Amino acid sequence: MSIKIEHLNYVYSAGTAYEKQALKDICLEIPHGEFVGVIGHTGSGKSTLIQHLNGLIRATSGALYYNGENIYEDGYNMKALRNQVGLVFQYPEHQLFEVDVLSDVCFGPKNQGLSKEECEKRAREALKLVGLKEKYYDASPFELSGGQKRRVAIAGVLAMEPQVLILDEPTAGLDPKGRDEILDQIAYLHKKRNLTVILVSHSMDDIAKYADRIIVMNQGEVMYNDVPKKVFAHYKELEQVGLAAPQVTYIMHELKAHGLNVNTEATTIEEAADSIMEVMAHD
Amino acid sequence: MKKMVQTDDLIFEYAKRDEEGNVIGSYRAIDQVNLEVEEGQFIAVLGHNGSGKSTLAKHLNAILVPTEGTVWVDGTNTSDPNELWNVRQSAGMVFQNPDNQIIGTVVEEDVGFGPENLGVPTDEIWQRVEDSLKAVGMISYRHHSPNKLSGGQKQRVAIAGVIAMKPRCIVLDEPTAMLDPNGRKEVLRTVEELRKKEKVTVILITHYMEEVIDADKVFVMDHGHVVMEGTPREIFSQVDTLKKYRLDVPQVTILADELKKRGLDIPAGILRKEELVEAICRLK
Amino acid sequence: MIRDITIGQYYPAKSVLHRLDPRVKLVATLLYLISLFLFKNILGYLVTTVFLIAIIKLSKVPFRYIMRGMKPIMMLLLITLLFNLFLTREGDVLFHAWIFTITEGGLRTAILMAIRLVYLITGSSLMTFTTTPNELTDGIESLLKPLNKIHVPVHEIAMIMSIALRFIPILLEETDKIMKAQIARGADLESGNMIQKAKSMVPILVPLFVSAFRRANDLAMAMEARCYRGGDGRTKMKPLHYTGVDRTAYVLVIFYVAAVVIIGRCVPFHVWIF
Repeated sequence: MSIKIEHLNYVYSAGTAYEKQALKDICLEIPHGEFVGVIGHTGSGKSTLIQHLNGLIRATSGALYYNGENIYEDGYNMKALRNQVGLVFQYPEHQLFEVDVLSDVCFGPKNQGLSKEECEKRAREALKLVGLKEKYYDASPFELSGGQKRRVAIAGVLAMEPQVLILDEPTAGLDPKGRDEILDQIAYLHKKRNLTVILVSHSMDDIAKYADRIIVMNQGEVMYNDVPKKVFAHYKELEQVGLAAPQVTYIMHELKAHGLNVNTEATTIEEAADSIMEVMAHD
Repeated sequence: MKKMVQTDDLIFEYAKRDEEGNVIGSYRAIDQVNLEVEEGQFIAVLGHNGSGKSTLAKHLNAILVPTEGTVWVDGTNTSDPNELWNVRQSAGMVFQNPDNQIIGTVVEEDVGFGPENLGVPTDEIWQRVEDSLKAVGMISYRHHSPNKLSGGQKQRVAIAGVIAMKPRCIVLDEPTAMLDPNGRKEVLRTVEELRKKEKVTVILITHYMEEVIDADKVFVMDHGHVVMEGTPREIFSQVDTLKKYRLDVPQVTILADELKKRGLDIPAGILRKEELVEAICRLK
Repeated sequence: MIRDITIGQYYPAKSVLHRLDPRVKLVATLLYLISLFLFKNILGYLVTTVFLIAIIKLSKVPFRYIMRGMKPIMMLLLITLLFNLFLTREGDVLFHAWIFTITEGGLRTAILMAIRLVYLITGSSLMTFTTTPNELTDGIESLLKPLNKIHVPVHEIAMIMSIALRFIPILLEETDKIMKAQIARGADLESGNMIQKAKSMVPILVPLFVSAFRRANDLAMAMEARCYRGGDGRTKMKPLHYTGVDRTAYVLVIFYVAAVVIIGRCVPFHVWIF
C-alpha cells in the first residue's frame, strides 16, 4: 500500500514558446499511513506534483505506481484511483454548489454509485469528523462562515473514504484558531483512520508540528526529502530558495553561535524551552 | 499633532433580512469604537476573522458609513455625502484579493485609473503613474498584463494605484492574507519604504502579528470592540490574552513567555529573535 | 486545457499596429468584416488574403499564437462546414450515400464559408491582440459619443466591456480549477447523453457564478474606493489623437475595401479552382 513515483517529468505547453518543465525527474515513495509535508514557494511545482497523484495531470514521462500498479498503464481505472486518493484543492469552499450542506457532502459518494442511505451515512460521518455541528447540515453552504465552509469542503472529500488524503494549502486565508482547528482535525484523522496524509503548505511552522517527513520542492525538483529535523538543519539553503525554517531553529542556532550548548534540532516551542532550561540549569 | 483619522463612538449594524428582503433584525459588527490616528503614524489593527476589523477599515474610506457615531478623516466627516470623494481621495484603500481590485489590463493603465477619476490632467497622470510605480519598485512591469504577475506584485500594483491618487493616509485591509511568504515580505517591505520615504500615514489591518512589530500603535479587535490598545511591546507582553483573542503570536514571543514562566529572568514583550538571544545570553 | 483560449487577449509587442489609434483599428476592423461579404469571385479572396497576411506581419503577433486562438472555435467552424456541405444542393453531385449528398456547389460554399469565418475571426482578434482593452474602451467610447445625445450610456457600456475582457482569463482559470476539483470528487463530465451532460455542468456552473458575483462585488467596491463615479469629470491618461500614421491607415483601408469590391465583383474572372 503505497505511492511510488519513478523518474517523473512534466512539461507544460510542449512545443510552444511557453514550454516549461514544471517537474524534473521526480523519484519519491510515500508508504501507507505516513504524514508527509510538501513545501515549496509558488511555482516550485508542488501543486503540479500532487495533481499527478490522482491522475488529474498526466506525466509527460515516467511512472507512478499506486499500490504497485502503474496508473499510466492502458485500462487503468482512473475513477477508482480518485476514490482512493482524495484531493482537497486550495480554497476548496469555492467548489460548494448544492442547496444544503449534507447534499454537497453527498456529491462524492453519489458519484461512487452508492445508495442514498449509504451516501447520507457517510456524509454525516464525514461532517462529524471535521467537527461541524449538526444544526448546520440543512443550511445552505453559502451562509456559513469561511472556516465552516472549508470544513464542509474537506468533508466532501472525506465522505468518499479515501486511503490517501492530499490537502493543498488547507489553511490559506484562515485565522490562527481556524488554522489550528483544521490541522488538528487532520492529524486526528490521520491517527484514527490510519490515513496517508500529504499536506502542502507554505508554512514551515505548521509542517514542523505535524509531518513525519518533509519534501521540499524547488524549481520542479525535489530538493530535500527527509525527517523535519534533518531538513531544517539546512536552514541557510532553505532561505536561499525563499523558504524558511521555523523561527525556533534560528534562535537555537544563534544561541549555539553565542556559545550556549543548546539542541539546535529543536523545532517546537516545547523542545526549545526544555533545551534552554537544561543548559541554563547546568551552569 | 494633527489627527488624521478619528472615530467617535462608532457603531455599525448590518441589517438582517428574511427571504423577502424585510429587515428582521440587526447584527452589530462594530460597537463603540474610539480610535485616534495622528498624521504620519503607522497604526495596526489586529483581530481574527469576523472581529469587525475589515468593517472598520471600510469606514475609513466611506465605503460604509456609521450607523451611530462619527468618523473623521483628515478633518472631514465621512457621513457627509458632499465630502464623499474628498474622503476617498484622502484615505486610499488596498484590499485583500489582489485579482479583484485591479481594473486595468495593463499595469500602467491600472495605476492611472484613480487619477483619471479625479480629473487630473493627462501630463500629470503620466508623472504620477511613473512616480508611483517607481515607489513600489514595479516600474519595469509597467507594460505587463496584471494576470501574469505574482500575488505580491499585484498587491504592489494596487498600492501604486492608491498612491497615484496622492492620499494622506493608506488603509491596507489584510493585504497579505492571500499571499505566500515571499509575497508577504515583498508587500510589507514596500509599505515600510513608503512610510519612510513618502511619510504617509499607514493603517494596516491584519491577523499576522509579526507584521505589526514596527507599528507606533496597535489596536486589537474582538467582537466589534477594541479590546487592547498600546505599543507593540505592551501588546506582545500579554501572550495569554492574545491567544484568547485568537491571534497568532510569533514563536519568539511565545518562547520568551514560556521561558519566563519557567523562571528565567526575561523581559516581557519580546518582539524579535535577536532580542531573545541577547536576553538569554545576558543571563549567563 | 481551457486556458489555451487566446481570443481577445492582448499580445504586448512594439508594432505599427499596436501604436495605431484604437478608433482607426475599430473602424478598419468593421470595414474589413463587411468587406468579407462584398466579393463574389476567387480574386476577392486573394486580395483579402494578401491584406490579412500583410496585417499579421505588421502586427508582430506570432502566427502560432493567432492559430492557438482558433482552437476553441473549431467546433463552430466544423458545424458551419458540415451544414454548408450537406445542405447546399447546387451543381454536379460528387458523392451520394443514404441521405447524404455532396454537390460541387456545396463543397465550394462550405470551403469558402469556412475561409471567410477564419478570416473574420483572425481579423477581429488581431484588433484585440494589438489593442489593450482600455484603448479599445476609449475608442468605442469616442466613436459612440454621438449616441450620448439619445441617452445611451456610452461610457458605462465601454467600461463594462473592458472589465469583461480583464476578467475572462481569470474566470477561465477558475473554471479549470473547479472542473478539476469536481473530477477529483468523482464527477463525470464526459460520458452520458445531452441531458446528463448538462446536469453534470451544475457543479461547475454554480461555483463559477458564485465566484463571479463575489468578484464583481469586490471590484465595484475597489472602483468606488478609487473615486470612480462614471464618465463625468474624468480625464484620460491616454487621450486619443490622430497622427499621420492613423491617417495613412485610414486611406490604406479604404483602398483595400475599394480593391476588394472592384476586383471581387466587377472583374469578370470565373475560373474556380474546383
